[in-house]
Amino acid sequence: MPNRRALATTALALLTAPAFAQEPSIIVQSTTSTANSGLYDYLLPMFEEESGIRVNVVAVGTGQAIQNARNCDGDLLLVHARPAEEQFVSDGMGTERTDLMYNDFVIVGPEDDPAGVSGMEDAQEALSKIAEEGASFASRGDDSGTHKKEMQLWSDTGVDPTEASGEWYRETGSGMGATLNAGIGMGAYAMTDRATWISFENKQDYEVLVEGDEDLYNQYGVIPVSQEACPSVNAEGAQAFADWLLSAEGQEAIAGFEVDGQQLFFPNAPEEAS
Amino acid sequence: MQNLGEAFALALSLVASGDPDLLEIVALSLRVSLSATALACLLGLPLGALVATARFRGRGIVLVVMNALMGLPPVVVGLLVYIHLSRSGPLGFLGLLYTPGAMILAQTILIAPIVAALSRQVLEDLHVEYAEQFRSFCLTRRQVIGALLWDARYALLTVGLAGFGRAVAEVGAVIVVGGNIDHLTRVMTTAIALETSKGDLPLALALGIILLVLALGVNAAVQALRMTAARSAYV
Repeated sequence: MPNRRALATTALALLTAPAFAQEPSIIVQSTTSTANSGLYDYLLPMFEEESGIRVNVVAVGTGQAIQNARNCDGDLLLVHARPAEEQFVSDGMGTERTDLMYNDFVIVGPEDDPAGVSGMEDAQEALSKIAEEGASFASRGDDSGTHKKEMQLWSDTGVDPTEASGEWYRETGSGMGATLNAGIGMGAYAMTDRATWISFENKQDYEVLVEGDEDLYNQYGVIPVSQEACPSVNAEGAQAFADWLLSAEGQEAIAGFEVDGQQLFFPNAPEEAS
Repeated sequence: MQNLGEAFALALSLVASGDPDLLEIVALSLRVSLSATALACLLGLPLGALVATARFRGRGIVLVVMNALMGLPPVVVGLLVYIHLSRSGPLGFLGLLYTPGAMILAQTILIAPIVAALSRQVLEDLHVEYAEQFRSFCLTRRQVIGALLWDARYALLTVGLAGFGRAVAEVGAVIVVGGNIDHLTRVMTTAIALETSKGDLPLALALGIILLVLALGVNAAVQALRMTAARSAYV
């Protein structure tokens, strides 16, 4: 075909044309809550200016983020599902997992509160009540950090909500924001991390109904991907970003991030890391 | 409906203010989808012409497959491309994942079947019409294909537009292989998905309106080109 050479040349030119100057960069596989709340928009310019390293954030659920990192498609993990994170490190995929910051989960619901859980402080009790009443509950259903946490809470109650999947228990299989949109659309309760909730702009008549249970604690961790497992990673860049996040300066920056006058993430890196 | 009015106002103010982030996203959307359309045409038009003019055993099956591939789900294409471009995949060494190149590749795979299948139909109808003439001129296969492609060029523009429309509107493939990275791989559709997940429905809708206007602009430009060309052809 006469087109063959033209095709090859065009294809090569189009696919490889660099979009940006080749500055050093890293890819962070991240949970969505940190990205959707605007934390990165706030933190990254500080780090990029100081280090000259560009940070590219791929925001997906924790489950997918870890899977992508297992495929060597990221240099740093920033997620919130401790058992899965420790598994990642013990499998030799990550160098070290460090506590970075925390906030908490809350259960949100419509103002009229059909299951009457408003003000409850025991998360399991609230979930049991929702199940008893058969009130709609929108679950992530996507193996994300939030979903893992929710499943753990359910298993403590002894109720298996997935038996009612498609009835009162509705697994959206999507991100936190999409699940909130869906839940609010059908008047269902939902569990969300507080950061996503505070910065979420489609709350309508929904409010936080259950909060304050120790079991709703939400710890974020940071893990550089191991160069031994993935030779292609930018280990130096990833370590630099992790070190900065865990440093006194990074921790202060995290504490200073506010939406609507509320602090969204509470830094808690171990002292020796800073 | 309150959202819709708000969205229109927001779309207008975004465009009027010339928001640099918006311009960047619009430019990348156009670059990715137009590149994919160009590549899909380079692949799909010759393929469509070849199948249109050839008679061979199993042709019926090829036609069915070509037509069926028009319905490729974007997210499946995205996954297939992801698996190949992932660092742990066979083409990982290219380092294309999470770049505009990966997005162009995915959209090309998505719309090349559309271009091939639609152009095959257009060219086959034309070929039936011209078959006697071609035979009397004793044209080679290559000359026949050249003549058909040239003669059907206006219809084929519409075929290209159908491909472009599909590419610029899809989100499933580019969000998987591009990762929706700010200032690197964020395009209109992934930005809309992001704003929706943030619950900022007016902004999501406003971006949607801008995307529609963009598609309108590309189609109008092609239409103008066609009319100018047609006019000069009959002078």
